[in-house]
Amino acid sequence: MNPVLRTVLQRLGLGIATLFVVSIIISLTIEMLPGDFAKAILGQSATPETVAAFQREVGLDRSPVVRYVEWVGGIVRGDFGESYASAGSLAGHRRLVSEMIAPRLLNTLFLAGAAAMIAVPLSLFLGIMAALYRNSYFDRAVNVVSLTSISSPEFFLAYILIMFLAVKFPIFVSLASITPGMSLGDRLYAIMLPTLTLVLVIVAHMMRMTRAAIINLLASPYIEMSRLKGVKPLQIILRHALPNAWAPIANVIALNLAYLVVGVVVVEVVFTYPGIGQLMVDAVSKRDLPVVQGCALVFAATYILLNLLADVVTIVSNPRLLHPR
Amino acid sequence: MNDNAKTPTGNPGAGGARTKGDVLLEVRGLKIDGESDEIWRPIVKGVDLSLKRGEVLGVIGESGAGKSTIGLAAMGYARPGCRISGGSVVFDGLDLVSASDEQRRKLRGSRIAYVAQSAAASFNPAHQLMPQTIEAELREGLRTKAEAEKDAVELYRRLRLPNPEEIGFRYPHQVSGGQLQRAMTAMAMTCRPDLIIFDEPTTALDVTTQVEVLAAIRDIVEQFHTAAIYITHDLAVVAQMADRIMVLRHGLEVEEAPTREMLSNPKQDYTKSLWSVRKLGKEEQPGGDAILQVKNVTAAYGNAVKVLNDVTVTVPRGRTVAVVGESGSGKSTLARVITGLLPPIAGEIVFDGKVLPRALKDRNPDILRRIQMIYQMPDTALNPRQTVYEVIGRPLEFYLGLTGAKKEARILELLKLIEMDEGHLDRLPGELSGGQKQRICIARALAAEPQLIICDEVTSALDQIVQEEILKLLLRLQRELNVSYLFITHDIATVRAISDEIVVMFQGQVVQQGPKTRVLSPPYPPYTELLLSSVPEMDPDWLSNLLAKRKAQPAAMQSQDR
Repeated sequence: MNPVLRTVLQRLGLGIATLFVVSIIISLTIEMLPGDFAKAILGQSATPETVAAFQREVGLDRSPVVRYVEWVGGIVRGDFGESYASAGSLAGHRRLVSEMIAPRLLNTLFLAGAAAMIAVPLSLFLGIMAALYRNSYFDRAVNVVSLTSISSPEFFLAYILIMFLAVKFPIFVSLASITPGMSLGDRLYAIMLPTLTLVLVIVAHMMRMTRAAIINLLASPYIEMSRLKGVKPLQIILRHALPNAWAPIANVIALNLAYLVVGVVVVEVVFTYPGIGQLMVDAVSKRDLPVVQGCALVFAATYILLNLLADVVTIVSNPRLLHPR
Repeated sequence: MNDNAKTPTGNPGAGGARTKGDVLLEVRGLKIDGESDEIWRPIVKGVDLSLKRGEVLGVIGESGAGKSTIGLAAMGYARPGCRISGGSVVFDGLDLVSASDEQRRKLRGSRIAYVAQSAAASFNPAHQLMPQTIEAELREGLRTKAEAEKDAVELYRRLRLPNPEEIGFRYPHQVSGGQLQRAMTAMAMTCRPDLIIFDEPTTALDVTTQVEVLAAIRDIVEQFHTAAIYITHDLAVVAQMADRIMVLRHGLEVEEAPTREMLSNPKQDYTKSLWSVRKLGKEEQPGGDAILQVKNVTAAYGNAVKVLNDVTVTVPRGRTVAVVGESGSGKSTLARVITGLLPPIAGEIVFDGKVLPRALKDRNPDILRRIQMIYQMPDTALNPRQTVYEVIGRPLEFYLGLTGAKKEARILELLKLIEMDEGHLDRLPGELSGGQKQRICIARALAAEPQLIICDEVTSALDQIVQEEILKLLLRLQRELNVSYLFITHDIATVRAISDEIVVMFQGQVVQQGPKTRVLSPPYPPYTELLLSSVPEMDPDWLSNLLAKRKAQPAAMQSQDR
């Protein structure tokens, strides 16, 4: 079988197994959360009858195992369950978890995509240039700047950007609120500051890995051979080093892209951006367990998918794996 | 550019009548420094060299003599950590030492080309052979892509690569070492350079493959009237290839003369000592009782093809059995089976009268102690962060329970045995020479007081003078300690020097087995004959004669193309 296809299938299988394990861990963790969900949702003044009615309605009166099996069974059918927040309240006002997650996830993906579109090419470019002019002032400057930005807390970077780009020089807006009817251009404009913040956070890691992976190869005999063939320095890096460096670079990119989806709640809060991170934090504080569970699964799936992509890049970039003897 | 495709018949041979042109390369007072521990030390200390168009200069010497460094300097190139500190390298009127980077870069690949020692490492694994082959000429705009590819196919054909039409579209890992070495020669030839530097192009190859590559290189250099610097440590090889030979030692020229003169009448003592190395020999001793019997062993990696097929080998106590064969013949796999690293599928291994458990994990420490191994690459076989004391002390502690003063005394004894002293105790492997590192590996094996040592190509990575020292050491240790050796090698000279019995292997099977004198004298089975006839001899006409002979009786004598 085609090695790419085989690996994709293998990893997908493993990914589903991983998701399964993750789902167990999520449910166990939630069982261990202290406090009474019904009280947390209905408020301290709720009568025992309302609490019992609520528990019956959402199924909390049954054993954790039964609830887990029902939850997983629902997900297999594409049903993530109903939010507790809507249960027990007004009849007819039920909210599906999937309906709550979907728009938020789209927003997050939009922000992550915008940040990735800038950060990935930028860090590859900077990494390649730093490798080409290694140990020069350019190399050092890039390293210092990117290390500074990665070492600063995200919210700090965010506020600095707000101060300079929204307050002192009002080029962009500090509130990244987007609504369904907005045009693409307006949306991009609205999320410019959170995008820049994220770019600053992730560029350093990817840039440094690109530089290191390339420099690591520059001592190989085939690089010396290309020098002895008179290949130009930039071409040596682009044609002879980079094609062999994709595997480590792709893995770091995958890790950072996953971070863009699952780890940006602080940035979302600073810019009040309606992403999935905020949704999950809200759900945890409200004890809205089906939503928490749904978000956690989405995050796990994101990691697995992106790592799968990195594996595919690793294979496609390595002829030894792509074309066995 | 001489493009006529005359068939290479009846070569005049090295040192024969070839027309030489005017001077192409003139090196004067070349000095090169290398940096270690932030101190610049001289590697090449003032070498003069001149080369005419169409001439082949052989450069020989032991490792560390500065051969490769000079070869690269002829391209105006110094490796990272090296610098050209003095002298001039004038190529066709341009001094490459003072030329600009851009001027030098333009010459490389187009007018001066390089063929590296390990083609397998020097081809970029990410690209097919063809784009790498024609990269330089496309860059220089000498030909269009289609023309360049057509020309490359023609070069592949002239270098007798199989499937010349298709081989360019394979990746390096899909092509064998010998073929890659020829492809690299094709790559060097694409721009029809005036000068090619061959840096040990056949050192990594089996003797049977080496013959093919040597013949191909010699033909194509002659056809295109290319000048070449041929760097090697193998005298017999350089005798076939060069018009003149230059002997280097410690970065200085020892002597230089036309090939035939140099071979018949070396003037300097050092050169004479190089010439005499190949004469080391051992009196064959008859075998006694067997210390090791490998009986009908079959082994494979995974479910793949059998690597060993019904192999039976006997090692007599206190004797040396040499296992010879080209790479892929199963020599090293045999060692892995004996040591238990690869449990065999069938057959048994009897050691000192007892059947050994197949897998390593089932063997007790005493069995492990009695079979030790020495590897080809002392660099990789030694932990770079352990001192000599730790390396040798470990088996003493592990197998024999020695500690403290007793351990130290034994370490010193062992060092004395391998002709080193306590001054080396605290050295790290990086601070030792290649020969010293191999001695440490030998001492480590001896520390366990083994009855059998498996030596896997232990001298292949060393140059000839050091090889001789190591072989002498191994022979002396055998006399003194009555240890048995299973000596894996592809080098027939080494076999002559050390063995009592010989096992010839080919494609996982034993072709021939017996006392040295019987195996090395006719009549030979066909494969043994091919192997023996492929070992280069000092006679400068050897290659021409051999090719003529093989041409006369082709079918039976063709080597496996690998």
